Amino acid sequence: MDLSYTEEEKAFRAEVRTFLKEKLPKELSDKVAGTDGDDLTKEDMEQWHAILNEQGWLVPNWPKKFGGAEWNAVQRHIFEEEAAAANAPRIVPFGFSMLAPVLQKFGSQEQCDYWLPRMLNGDDWWCQGYSEPGAGSDLASLKTTAIKNDAGTHYIVNGQKTWTTLGQHANMIFCLVRTDKEAKQQEGISFLLIDMDTPGIEVRPIILLDGTHEVNEVWFDNVEVPVENLVGEENKGWTYAKYLLTHERTNIAGVGFSQAGLNTVKRLAKSEMSNGKPLMQNPHFAARVAQVEIDLNAMSTTNLRIISKAAAGSAPGVEASMLKVKGTEIRQEINDLARRAVGAYAMPFASEAIEGSNMGLPDPLGAGPVASKYFNNRKLSIFGGSNEIQKGIIAKVTMSGGA
Amino acid sequence: MNFDLTEERQMLQDTLRRFLREKYDTATRNKIIDSPSGMSEEIWNELAELGVIGALFTEEQGGFGGKGFDIAVVFEELGRAGVVEPFLDTAVLAGGLVADLGTDAQKELVEEIIGGACHMAFAHGEPTSRYDLNRVQTTAKADGDEIVVNGHKAVVVNAEAADHLVISARESGAPGDNAGISLFLVPADTKGITIQGYALLAGGRAAEVMLDDVRVASSARLGKAGEAFAAIEARIAAANVAQCAETLGAMETATRLTKDYLMTRKQFGRPIGTFQALAFRMSDLLIEMEQARSAVINAAGHLESDRKSRERHVSSTKNLIGRAGRLVAEDSIQLHGGIAMTKEYELAHIAKRIVMADHRFGDTDHHLERYIDLTAA
Repeated sequence: MDLSYTEEEKAFRAEVRTFLKEKLPKELSDKVAGTDGDDLTKEDMEQWHAILNEQGWLVPNWPKKFGGAEWNAVQRHIFEEEAAAANAPRIVPFGFSMLAPVLQKFGSQEQCDYWLPRMLNGDDWWCQGYSEPGAGSDLASLKTTAIKNDAGTHYIVNGQKTWTTLGQHANMIFCLVRTDKEAKQQEGISFLLIDMDTPGIEVRPIILLDGTHEVNEVWFDNVEVPVENLVGEENKGWTYAKYLLTHERTNIAGVGFSQAGLNTVKRLAKSEMSNGKPLMQNPHFAARVAQVEIDLNAMSTTNLRIISKAAAGSAPGVEASMLKVKGTEIRQEINDLARRAVGAYAMPFASEAIEGSNMGLPDPLGAGPVASKYFNNRKLSIFGGSNEIQKGIIAKVTMSGGA
Repeated sequence: MNFDLTEERQMLQDTLRRFLREKYDTATRNKIIDSPSGMSEEIWNELAELGVIGALFTEEQGGFGGKGFDIAVVFEELGRAGVVEPFLDTAVLAGGLVADLGTDAQKELVEEIIGGACHMAFAHGEPTSRYDLNRVQTTAKADGDEIVVNGHKAVVVNAEAADHLVISARESGAPGDNAGISLFLVPADTKGITIQGYALLAGGRAAEVMLDDVRVASSARLGKAGEAFAAIEARIAAANVAQCAETLGAMETATRLTKDYLMTRKQFGRPIGTFQALAFRMSDLLIEMEQARSAVINAAGHLESDRKSRERHVSSTKNLIGRAGRLVAEDSIQLHGGIAMTKEYELAHIAKRIVMADHRFGDTDHHLERYIDLTAA
């Protein structure tokens, strides 16, 4: 048992820190501070991708033969921790860490040769077409159909996807579609790559409760997709989807975000006055902060334990579900503390609907939109497999005798 | 013991519920929220005609209610429907202070308020006062026959629409002293008052009110010099009853929507409410709803009691509603899933409102500490 990092890992951390200090534009980190970066523009995100790509760090998870850095789990963790502390934008994951691993494992040589370099260059912006209005937690019940035309050259796609994150920026979408209606649910699903500019596709914004536009509905009306855009074999899409979901859950613990968020809470509570003293000296508030910090200290070590195992080559299973649940609970608790800290100044709201309302919003502590963030991050325990679904997985795996 | 509403209150409740069910749906409210004024004059006037404002004043004051249970009945319905119009600020707070402390001349305003013709705001909180009612740093200094007021009032709800402001300022003592605080009834367009408005997350609007050498006649003072604290505390108690009842109404809507959704939304071939993990959480919410309702009854029923009993019940209710409200808001969203995160869905506004109630008139922790202080002696 040794809780310290190796010399190599420490050197790597120093390298990451220097890089962030030198290359992360201040305009971007200012935007990310306090908001997790939800108001970054497409150009902001593309700029950060390009900076990382130049350094060779855009796709640390990819094998070297595809141009990746092939970092191990500990290195990835160090990068994520430093990036969160420096308020770097998140890497938009849909192409780089969700689709790419699927293409690399199940796609054809031609698909890898064509799509992967375009991803790195920023030629394509990918989004994910999984959920449907009737298929959320029960993803396998999806109804969007893809039927081959008589000539056998194209699939004709009809249906609707929803909760498509940043779909408004995307020119490509990877979709789960039903290619065999007769087969059992999971067995009739295929994995298709669809050009968003194809006639028959319509993207409609979904405005979230905090007024933000992050997610969309994507409608398909007789959309023609070339058969070359099928990934792997027809009706094997569920296997690929499950493989992809294991990648969706990397960095699921969000330790870096929680640490950055907790530091913000402490900073706010040192400035905010309560009964003539800084709020941080108020025993009730201090107790709340200490309580979540204690949980975070332990969760961060759980995260490292799992990462070390992964770095040694064993795939995380049920532990990923555990980290998702605990990690999101802690992040949401920290969001709750941030809104509590600022008192009545949590109430003002920069409404996009009312012209000029973003001017002159009072924010004496420089807290940013903490209450909006609190509401927005209720999504953390819903998306990527809701926490209830994760608990179901934990119970199923550990109590079926299969663990 | 009798926990039934009186006939008059029952009628008021029925009338309000029917009116709001017909007039105030999600799309209507979202339109109002996104409008520059953040409120609908039409709704305001219609509700005033139905007696919503009159019910918040006693008969001596020109109304037909004004007791804790009158306030609770009105605001529970406003909360149930998610009404964003600022009745609390105009009537319970600023209008109430005028009715409590005003001279006959000042009290002429109350009739206008009850008729719906006059908007009011209470400019009390400051950037560093947090939830402490006595931490008033705004100063009021005599200059001949006039009084000069200087300071910064924070997050003053309804300030932009207000025809008159009730402003608290310190004439003696230090921030944190109960003694020395006075109130002034001032037309909002008085020279030296700058109002910087903005929207609020849970609907409606507020403003930073900057007071820069605002000169008022000494006849603008409400009540005696330096002795306003007791009246402020009593009015904040009434405001807490109103806000807790409003939050209770919103929580009723949240749990109703959640229960309906659990019974209709199907995944894995069955209504999701048939999964025990979700059913038990729904049961927890319903148990907390009973606690919340009783807490509101406690506060409303003791609003006319002596100060200590009144404040003890106010703090205990605000603390419980803060805790139960957070649970109901968060779990209602979680039990729905993504749909509850969207602006078009009724729960989105309702959940925001429940949680943001914890940011006015003292949060859960503030009232826990206050309860300890009030019960320690």
